[in-house]
Amino acid sequence: MKTLYDKIWESHVVAYESEKVALLYVDLHLIHEVTTPQAYDGLMKRGRKIRRTDLTIGTLDHSVPTKDTLIEDEFAAKQVQVFRENCNKFGVKFFDLGTQNQGIVHVFAPEMGLVQPGMIIVCGDSHTSTHGAFGALSFGIGTSEVEQVLATQCIRQIKSKNLLIKVEKRLSNSVTAKDLILFVIGRIGTEGASGYVVEYDGEAIRNLSMEGRMTVCNMSIEAGARAGLISPDEVTFEYLKDRAYSPKGKTWDLALKFWEDLKSDSDKAFDVVLSFDASEIEPQVTWGTTPAMVTAVNGFVPDPSEAKNDLEKSSYERALRYMGLEPMQKITSIKIDRAFIGSCTNSRIEDLRMAAKVVKGYRVNPKVKAMVVPGSQTVKRQAEAEGLARIFVEAGFEWRNPGCSMCIAMNDDRLLPLERCASTSNRNFEGRQGRGGRTHLASPAMVAAAAIAGHFVDVRDWRFR
Amino acid sequence: MEKFIEHRGKTVALFQPNIDTDQILPKQFLKRIEKTGFGDFLFYDWRFDENGNQNKEFVLNQPQFKHASILLAGKNFGSGSSREHAVWALRDYGFRVVIAPSFGEIFYNNCFNVGLLPINLPEKTVEELVRKNEEIQNYELVVSLLKKKVSDDFGLSIDFEIEDFRREKLLNGWDDIDMILRFEKEIRNYEKKRPAWMPKV
Repeated sequence: MKTLYDKIWESHVVAYESEKVALLYVDLHLIHEVTTPQAYDGLMKRGRKIRRTDLTIGTLDHSVPTKDTLIEDEFAAKQVQVFRENCNKFGVKFFDLGTQNQGIVHVFAPEMGLVQPGMIIVCGDSHTSTHGAFGALSFGIGTSEVEQVLATQCIRQIKSKNLLIKVEKRLSNSVTAKDLILFVIGRIGTEGASGYVVEYDGEAIRNLSMEGRMTVCNMSIEAGARAGLISPDEVTFEYLKDRAYSPKGKTWDLALKFWEDLKSDSDKAFDVVLSFDASEIEPQVTWGTTPAMVTAVNGFVPDPSEAKNDLEKSSYERALRYMGLEPMQKITSIKIDRAFIGSCTNSRIEDLRMAAKVVKGYRVNPKVKAMVVPGSQTVKRQAEAEGLARIFVEAGFEWRNPGCSMCIAMNDDRLLPLERCASTSNRNFEGRQGRGGRTHLASPAMVAAAAIAGHFVDVRDWRFR
Repeated sequence: MEKFIEHRGKTVALFQPNIDTDQILPKQFLKRIEKTGFGDFLFYDWRFDENGNQNKEFVLNQPQFKHASILLAGKNFGSGSSREHAVWALRDYGFRVVIAPSFGEIFYNNCFNVGLLPINLPEKTVEELVRKNEEIQNYELVVSLLKKKVSDDFGLSIDFEIEDFRREKLLNGWDDIDMILRFEKEIRNYEKKRPAWMPKV
């Protein structure tokens, strides 16, 4: 009996160096400006070439501005310029600022059909786990490993254990993939999946669109997982059909036949199985400084004195101090200064549709500065064509160009100290969105509703206009 | 890469859980294109205030912990972002060893490509080391990768576990690319049988 992870692993072993250490072949290497300059440098110093430029593709996303294409920050400008020069010198295709396919690395690649079931995909970015939504084994790597993959197209790995997370039954109305994964992380903790590759299954997962599945797999890393996986099905195949890099004609039939067999043999093939009931999941909002510090929108900030042990107590106290929250404060009483809809977690067309549905006919609260940063140029064009951009702009949201933006705050999009933000991104770490900034993670619909109300509200009670 | 065989050094403790790589090296320093010179930016937002002045309370700024080279940390150290810059910052600052109950997996992997030794020890053991670090002035540990042992001058001796391939790599300072390229023939054979439907850019 084998899991999907076992099968993908086995089909990619080039050689075993020793009993435990395998060399795996990488089918697609995604690169961006932040984690590659030192890798390119290493190649040049040793006179090495890129083994497979045809399996390597790049974008500019992390440090780029979202207002226009002019980069004022001299360090960011240099990093972007060095990336362009390196890609050109080594013959690597990349999507430059302002060109029609540019976008966040984990958004443009799936939408172009570059991510297909059964592949191994790596990128110097921890949210590479996103692509597991297609049944592709995908994980983040460090810059030294980026250099290794550029030079050899292989990566040394030891096998992780298998964890199955089953989410049974259906999500309630207005409860989304983001709420599902935040709920799971809240239950299992920041290390709940450490040492494992997680496969997600169950009715609630099967009912998710590809966008929703990407949101779930994207945040696997926040529970410490090596990777997240969802076995491919009709939803996956439908999404892939006719995308730019999807197989066509007879090759499609060949691929489809292979993809249809890509699933785990039985729940018994897993080292651990955890089950959750989707109907119990309410809209989630984080209150602390890890994604596991999360509760339902109708819940309360916890009281540190009720923590399990001293260590948990002190980390709760620290988090509350940083976040400027009181024990037992109602989540719906938390007022926000900023709202951010974007990031590799929630910036795809479906995310923007969900947010726009909430926003339609309303105005952003006068005390809130709100922005929408679509995940890619393609998402941006589509949202404009569908009239979503107009809904946002008329409501008072800023409508920006694609990039990581205020998820990592490497560009000018960042919180000021003590500013409080409702954010669709993936990390609420101290300073993540700007030094001293306070981040509350939630779904696009919940962030949109908070932007209008000025504080968190239960989007299940929203009066859509 | 610098070899790691044995190291003796002063300890310093940051014993709180979930210290992520955003704290170890904040994002504003990810725009640099060099692989060295990150030491000044380690734990930047904790070490310095908004105006760039030292935060006297932060443990790395306290004179008794100056020149510490062994970091005692809480569980899930180095979680979050994959930035190898976090490991470069620890190395450039002068750390050679991090001891914690557990690590973020990508961070842990990255350490072995930089020459920093991450050691997993049970939470209770790390707590004991943290206590000694507080009680004994200029507390030092000897970390031997060769013997897989952590010891001090007061009779403490703890064995630690580490995968053989990681240990060998650090002991020898090996470069992964050279290791992988020994399998050139196997890589070429693998490439011949890759499925035709997989995308090429």
